[in-house]
Amino acid sequence: MKSIQPEAVQEALNERAGETLYIHLETTNGAYASHNDASFFSAGAFIRNVELRYIHGRIAGEGPYRIGLETSLGWLYAEGLTDWEIDDQDRVLFAGHDPEGRLAAALELSREPFRK
Amino acid sequence: MADNPVLVIFPHPDDEAFGVSGTILHHTRSGTPVTYICLTLGEMGRNMGRPVMCTRETLPEIRLQELEEACRLLGIRDLRRFGMRDKTVEFADQEALTERVSDVINELAPAKIITFYPGYAVHPDHNATGEAVARAVARLPENNQPVIHAVAFSNDAYDALGPPDVNIDVADLREDKLGVIEAHASQTAGLIEQVKQRQNSDFIEDMLHTERFWTLDPAPYADSRS
Repeated sequence: MKSIQPEAVQEALNERAGETLYIHLETTNGAYASHNDASFFSAGAFIRNVELRYIHGRIAGEGPYRIGLETSLGWLYAEGLTDWEIDDQDRVLFAGHDPEGRLAAALELSREPFRK
Repeated sequence: MADNPVLVIFPHPDDEAFGVSGTILHHTRSGTPVTYICLTLGEMGRNMGRPVMCTRETLPEIRLQELEEACRLLGIRDLRRFGMRDKTVEFADQEALTERVSDVINELAPAKIITFYPGYAVHPDHNATGEAVARAVARLPENNQPVIHAVAFSNDAYDALGPPDVNIDVADLREDKLGVIEAHASQTAGLIEQVKQRQNSDFIEDMLHTERFWTLDPAPYADSRS
């Protein structure tokens, strides 16, 4: 992955607007957060291979970045994104890595379903 | 009973490295075959290498390679993957999982099973794995049940379970064990760095010298099937 370049990201988001896409969206603080620090409130969520068609999408922020995708009935939102790539299957993968390189958030867009 | 294998059942590649790799090496080097069932590929791991070496989508491939290398170092010739997804073990069909475990137990007739102690193993996947194993063993006639040596490391484990009854000295295997941990580099680079810097060394050296198990009685996990 490489550091997010907002202009290139915006272009990739524009290209995919209106298409039926499969989404992986995730936030995590790790399975051991409350074990390592009992005062830490652990929370996270992921959804994988939900179908989504957005009307338009935007990237915002100075880094870490935020991405919002507006659909006919609602929104997708992700924050804390630092790195991205378009992989060899033309999937757009975003990740938010903390200073130690651990993944804290992920947003991925694909025209084909991800492996379950 | 030299021919009866030891069966190791954990949900994530690297679960076998920290708490039990010395014990596994003792078995394989004395000629006892070890079968390892790894339920997932740790697809949802937070560690992506230091520096970051993979994406959410390539992490499983990296972790599979790491798992295969760890098994090679451990002398494990029978690695079985259950193809489940990290974080979802407790939500999967529990009866189907128990039956898959039962099938392997019936096939191999292991003398001993190593897994996590249900309820005292921190990660929900760990607890669900230990519970499925206990349920599967409880279905066997009592005189035919393999012993279960369970790993517990929740903060309340000693208070709730008392001290571990099986303590294996693996100090002679410190370097080999470190090698197995290092094989899982995408997940353990930070820990290996701590070892080199001698940080957190009381905890780490203890882990590298002694492996601790609680013998798990499967009876409380028996299902009340008529």
